[in-house]
Amino acid sequence: MWEIIYQLLPYAVAFTVPLLITALGGLFSERSGVVNIALEGLMLIGVFTGALAVSTLERVLPGTAVWLGLLAAALAGAVFSLLHAFACINLNANQVISGIAINMLAGALTTFLARDVTGSGNIQIVHGLTRQDIPVLSGLPLVGQLFFTQTYATTWLVFVLLFVSWFVLQKTVFGLRLRACGEHPQAAAAAGINVYRIRYLAVMISGMYAALGGAIVLVTYAGEFSGTVAGLGFLSLAALIFGQWKPLGILGATFFFGLASTVANVSQVIPALAAIPGIYLKTFPYVLTLVALVLSSKSSQAPRALGETYEQGKR
Amino acid sequence: MRLSKEYSLALAAVLMGLLAGAVLMLLTGNNPVNGYINLFRGGLMNVERIGNTLASATPLVFTGLSVAFAFKTGLFNIGAAGQMLIGGLCATAIGLTFEWPKALLLTAMIVVSLVGGGLWAALPGWLKARFNVHEVVATIMMNWIAYWTVFYVVPRYLKGPFLETESARIPYGASLRAVWLTEMFDGSYINLGLFLAAFFALLAALLLDRTTLGFELKAVGFNRHAAEAAGINVSRSIIVSMTIAGALAGVAGVTFYAGYASNIQIGVLPVQGFDGIAVSLLGANTPLGVAGAALFFGLLHTGKGFMSAMTRIPPEIADTIIATVIYFAAAGVLVERTWSKLKKYRGGR
Amino acid sequence: MEYAVEMLGIRKEFPGVVACDDLTLQLRKGEIHALLGENGAGKSTLMSILFGLYQADRGSIRVKGKEVRISSPNIATALGIGMVHQHFKLVHNFTVTENIALGSETTRGPVLDLHSVAARIKELSAQYGLNVDPEAKISAISVGMQQRVEILKMLYRNADILIFDEPTSVLTPQEVQELLKIMGSMTAEGKSVILITHKLKEIRAIAHRCTVIRRGRLIGTVDVASTAEETLAEMMVGRKVLLHVEKGKKQAGKTVLRVENLSVRNNRGVLGLQNFSLEVRCGEIVGLAGVDGNGQSELVEAVTGLRKPEGGKVWLQGKDVTALSVRERTTAGLAFIPDDRHKYGLVLDFSLEDNLVLKRYYREPFSGKGLLRREAIHNYAEKIIRLFDVRSGQGTASPARSLSGGNQQKAIVGREIDLNPDLLLAVQPTRGLDVGAIEYIHRRLIEQRDAGRAVLLVSLELSEIMALADRIAVVNNGELVGVVEAEATDENEVGLMMAGVKRGGAA
Repeated sequence: MWEIIYQLLPYAVAFTVPLLITALGGLFSERSGVVNIALEGLMLIGVFTGALAVSTLERVLPGTAVWLGLLAAALAGAVFSLLHAFACINLNANQVISGIAINMLAGALTTFLARDVTGSGNIQIVHGLTRQDIPVLSGLPLVGQLFFTQTYATTWLVFVLLFVSWFVLQKTVFGLRLRACGEHPQAAAAAGINVYRIRYLAVMISGMYAALGGAIVLVTYAGEFSGTVAGLGFLSLAALIFGQWKPLGILGATFFFGLASTVANVSQVIPALAAIPGIYLKTFPYVLTLVALVLSSKSSQAPRALGETYEQGKR
Repeated sequence: MRLSKEYSLALAAVLMGLLAGAVLMLLTGNNPVNGYINLFRGGLMNVERIGNTLASATPLVFTGLSVAFAFKTGLFNIGAAGQMLIGGLCATAIGLTFEWPKALLLTAMIVVSLVGGGLWAALPGWLKARFNVHEVVATIMMNWIAYWTVFYVVPRYLKGPFLETESARIPYGASLRAVWLTEMFDGSYINLGLFLAAFFALLAALLLDRTTLGFELKAVGFNRHAAEAAGINVSRSIIVSMTIAGALAGVAGVTFYAGYASNIQIGVLPVQGFDGIAVSLLGANTPLGVAGAALFFGLLHTGKGFMSAMTRIPPEIADTIIATVIYFAAAGVLVERTWSKLKKYRGGR
Repeated sequence: MEYAVEMLGIRKEFPGVVACDDLTLQLRKGEIHALLGENGAGKSTLMSILFGLYQADRGSIRVKGKEVRISSPNIATALGIGMVHQHFKLVHNFTVTENIALGSETTRGPVLDLHSVAARIKELSAQYGLNVDPEAKISAISVGMQQRVEILKMLYRNADILIFDEPTSVLTPQEVQELLKIMGSMTAEGKSVILITHKLKEIRAIAHRCTVIRRGRLIGTVDVASTAEETLAEMMVGRKVLLHVEKGKKQAGKTVLRVENLSVRNNRGVLGLQNFSLEVRCGEIVGLAGVDGNGQSELVEAVTGLRKPEGGKVWLQGKDVTALSVRERTTAGLAFIPDDRHKYGLVLDFSLEDNLVLKRYYREPFSGKGLLRREAIHNYAEKIIRLFDVRSGQGTASPARSLSGGNQQKAIVGREIDLNPDLLLAVQPTRGLDVGAIEYIHRRLIEQRDAGRAVLLVSLELSEIMALADRIAVVNNGELVGVVEAEATDENEVGLMMAGVKRGGAA
């Protein structure tokens, strides 16, 4: 048993981290009242931008190319998410339809550009991130081996961002205002808050985080852009809902989903797990989310104004 | 009056999509005029290609009708992709298993695709009616459950002799292709699904406009509270409406996997499911409009390969155009505002 | 004369309507100034302009003598203007403190500092006798308390020009007294108050001056002390109004509706109605009085079949209908005029004629074999709009959305009365209507009573109940406080009962 956990955990964490950061992005957007099913497309923007940046830079700047790629991805995500923000905030578009359009656009546009650049539609990177032991901590008994050996630096980055996100949402003026915009934008406006500005920032943060998530997939385990993130963005959305729009809930949900994906992917290799058919493991997060939605239907923590368009001067 | 406004909005969205495509062609150093000429030639230049355009449009009519039907009754069906996949899976399973006379086999395949797609959507409908679970989230989850179901079921039970990633080929006796039709269109993908599409479009229109069931579904769609207070069974209406929407998407599956194509592949959510949203938005949610919009997108999909062969423009330009169209269809206010500003500007002078 | 606020020649157009047309309002320092007008007269628009939610197309605003441009609520707040909106602007899952701090937060370093806000709230709360708990969640406190949070929000921002938009509609008569007292103590401190209302009694009770507007136009500003109530009413409506309704003696007969020990759980899972019993007989109007949210909607939903009760029975014409569906109850003789006509009464995107058959489309002659018969529907709708004087742009084909509020309500009343019901359940049937439409609907209700039908009238407007009802049942906190004969009681007594003070029960 211990052996299996020890073997699985690094993979589970590697799967969890991009989901976590993407879902956190969704958290910002949705707590401000903007539905974000564009996470899938925004992740893909991250993979594409990251791949493009890293593959171009890695010959010139071998060490830092990966980090520059992550940065470029985050910025591109923020910029691309402006499309969603503009439609939802300024144009009162249906937020679900806008999200779908963004997803389709991201898929088509990135592949289009990738073909234009490489001719094949795929972009490979040679060097991703390598796993490293954390000095001192990795020497700790049990925990050291489990959590502090063979980790990606991005994992720690995301955990820092998790804490920062929680802090910002719960403890700062910006967080209070953002949550107010998601619950009752008219109340926020009457208190003199610029709902448009807050929602713009929130959507941009979600774009940044989701694209970072995509780029982390690229530099940790994927190694290439291939025109899709195969539902990881929707999985993050599921985690956001399953985690009931709370940072810690999201951490739990993404880890749960990450573990399930890991088990599904390696069950062929580890005999103890081969007994569980892959179909159950792969569909498990989605089924679980449906169950969670049913269970929480009476007391959902979803932001009240989620998906409602807000127009200044309208009652 | 209102209808014409909806159609002009749709037209504006299409123009914006084509414009975005042109900009993209320019940015990548291509000639947009040349690009579009080849795109349209690829979809229209001979009977075979016209047949292919019609064949590409066929599943889009169904997914468009599916989304439009749900829309009309106040529900948002994002799950057409999953329903289509399940409909296709059920039909393929029947088609590969039995060796009945073609008419009987095709009827059976259509029926199971209706039932499969319908049930796949009935669950989110029930969750909405019973627990008030939002159908957008529920149908997204169902899409991925469908994706993984096909991913594991096809290689296990329906595998062909060679590839792990697709089912065996559907024999002619289980295909919607008909020799006379294929010959008439010079060997194109066109198939009997086209007639099914026309039939179902008519049926959906009749149902919505002429029947008490349609009256109920629309009442619930527009205002479920008033409908409930008037004695209409809201829960039943929601489930029925989702089931019908799902059934329509399910038939899209049979027309695609056993008509346009000849087997089902794993690891893909069919793009027609999402294009259906564009189709219904452009078609202003009316069956006739849906047919027109489906033809337009069918044309783009058919022409893109030819265009890409004749120019250096990657075929994804078509999908970019469609996505842009959806974006601007959703953001109809922009068009309206610009329009009224233009009018004001002119009036002011 | 020193003015706290002067709004001069204000004009505001919305697409298709002129909401304010050359309106002028001058608020003296330290006065309570009533702004009187019917629904839709432009009161709220004018005040939203003062509060910076809308921009005026024309006209000027002076605050404390200085001309200002108020382009956002922030600027209004900075100028010392505060507003209690009719629909409270409170975040339900925030605490009182968080709600008050929102928008004018204090910080310690990067961290939000709520302690100092809470301390200041306690201080202010004590000063004005508001008795508010800063740590309570909004969803856990009463509506009256939420209103005090709104008042505290203004006080916390040091507002000295206070706007109250229809503040009393959610309060018991006793709570109203307290609110008026609070307003008095605020003017005593030099603050100035604008009170938006359509209730003449409140104006008489507390306001110094009153500005009356009608359809966006200024009618005049008068001294309240020297103006009769009838004059104010006439200014508001534009013609002489009967302040009371004519009706004859009642001839109550056998019981039509019997509600027996009914208990109903509401959306929050709480028993919103407990052990409630009531009878309505044919030929009488029973009025159900109570402050909003005291169990009326639970009762209405349980009687109409929209909600399953936890316990108890509903009898209609001697038949137990507790387990029947909405439609089965309609067939059994129940008609229902809901309080929110846009939400429960009409399908706004349907045509008028489809709305008129909303309860009978499935029956002969309107359909057969599952197919609609358009002509029968059309002819029927023509009849109803003639009988009930429903006016619309394109006749029966008009979208219901395009009708005026009064005509929408007439359509509903027509649809329901034409069901020939044994029991007519009318909930807030005149909400948001102008006086003409109110009079029409009141006449129709009395007509139904005189025709020997049973009418149960649920209303938050005590004056409406006093005017129409033969017997008055009072509900408080989900329980029946008592039933009194309308002729043997007065507003004061019913008001006390609405606050939960038991008496009577003799019916």
